[in-house]
Amino acid sequence: MSDFTANTSSTPQEAQFGDYIALLKPRVMSLVVFTAFVGLMVAPVSVPPVDAFTAILFIALGGGASGALNMWYDRDIDQVMKRTQSRPIPSGRVAPGEALSLGLWLSALSVVMLGLAANWFAAAFLAFTIFFYAVVYTVWLKRWTPQNIVIGGAAGAFPPMIGWAVATGGVSIESVLMFALIFMWTPPHFWALALFMKSDYDEAKVPMLTVTHGRPHTRKMVLVYTLLLAPVAIATGLTSIGGPVYMAAAVVLNILFVKGGYDIWKRTEAQALEDDYKTEKKVFRFSLLYLFLHFGALLAEAGLSSFGLGGW
Amino acid sequence: MPITETHEIHKRRFGRNLGVALTLLGFVAIVFMLTMSKIRNGGSVEAFDHSVRPSITQSEGESQ
Repeated sequence: MSDFTANTSSTPQEAQFGDYIALLKPRVMSLVVFTAFVGLMVAPVSVPPVDAFTAILFIALGGGASGALNMWYDRDIDQVMKRTQSRPIPSGRVAPGEALSLGLWLSALSVVMLGLAANWFAAAFLAFTIFFYAVVYTVWLKRWTPQNIVIGGAAGAFPPMIGWAVATGGVSIESVLMFALIFMWTPPHFWALALFMKSDYDEAKVPMLTVTHGRPHTRKMVLVYTLLLAPVAIATGLTSIGGPVYMAAAVVLNILFVKGGYDIWKRTEAQALEDDYKTEKKVFRFSLLYLFLHFGALLAEAGLSSFGLGGW
Repeated sequence: MPITETHEIHKRRFGRNLGVALTLLGFVAIVFMLTMSKIRNGGSVEAFDHSVRPSITQSEGESQ
């Protein structure tokens, strides 16, 4: 006789290993890896390669864990929206409880491992970031205010600050500006997408700016945020992590992004429908390049400084 | 009692089990490499335990 009973019934929807990976939102993790890596590399203190690798890995895992917690909490709206219906929980492949425990355990593991690999300040910062995304954004802001993208964007902006904290054990003006760069970039990036993506956020009762305040107002806000973003990007170039390469890139990229914001603002919905949101799509694609090139330029400055070049 | 027969569940969950095994192996490798790195880079590997340690005494003297 055995006191163990295994559920051996075959279910067509059984979770595969990839479903648990999907719970961690790998695409979001790749952005976290890149920006945290840049934050760590541009810091004035060098970190041994193995420690740096481990730190980045567990920052990414912490980001993934918060993604799993987000999918656990949002399982009701994920079921309503077409875009998210095939996710592991709404499709029935992973039980909600499994996603919750995976998210909680990976959160704890990533924070402890980051503390051991780097320092406890960086670990506490990661814990705060997970809390911010899973609780402040997912539970509180997302279903309550159309400013959800603006404030919630902070969660995606923390990784370079954590990378910096891994190396230095603290916060400085440079890391705050890297945070501000992503924070101010998120609204125009997301709202450009919201303008041309036919989304069913309305059915899911998620207040998006395009629905609550209308599309002309969203167009105006895209321009406003590109204008607010530009001085942040330029100011970053004036700090110790900036230099001529970064500044040249920032000036060109910000002129183009503000021009894109202006183009979106002056268009009417009828004009956008006529050419199938050509400008909005172009600005959205450019926004991805914008962020990648800013952080790439910061990395280039750090790389050049090791050859005695780069920086001011 | 050892498992002598292969059940259908073994085949069905092979991918999942392999993924978990590789993840755990990777985790062990990371902890090992991190430990080696910390030791090589002079991380603290001994602490005061009420016995005289020349290394600790010397570092105290240097900091004064």
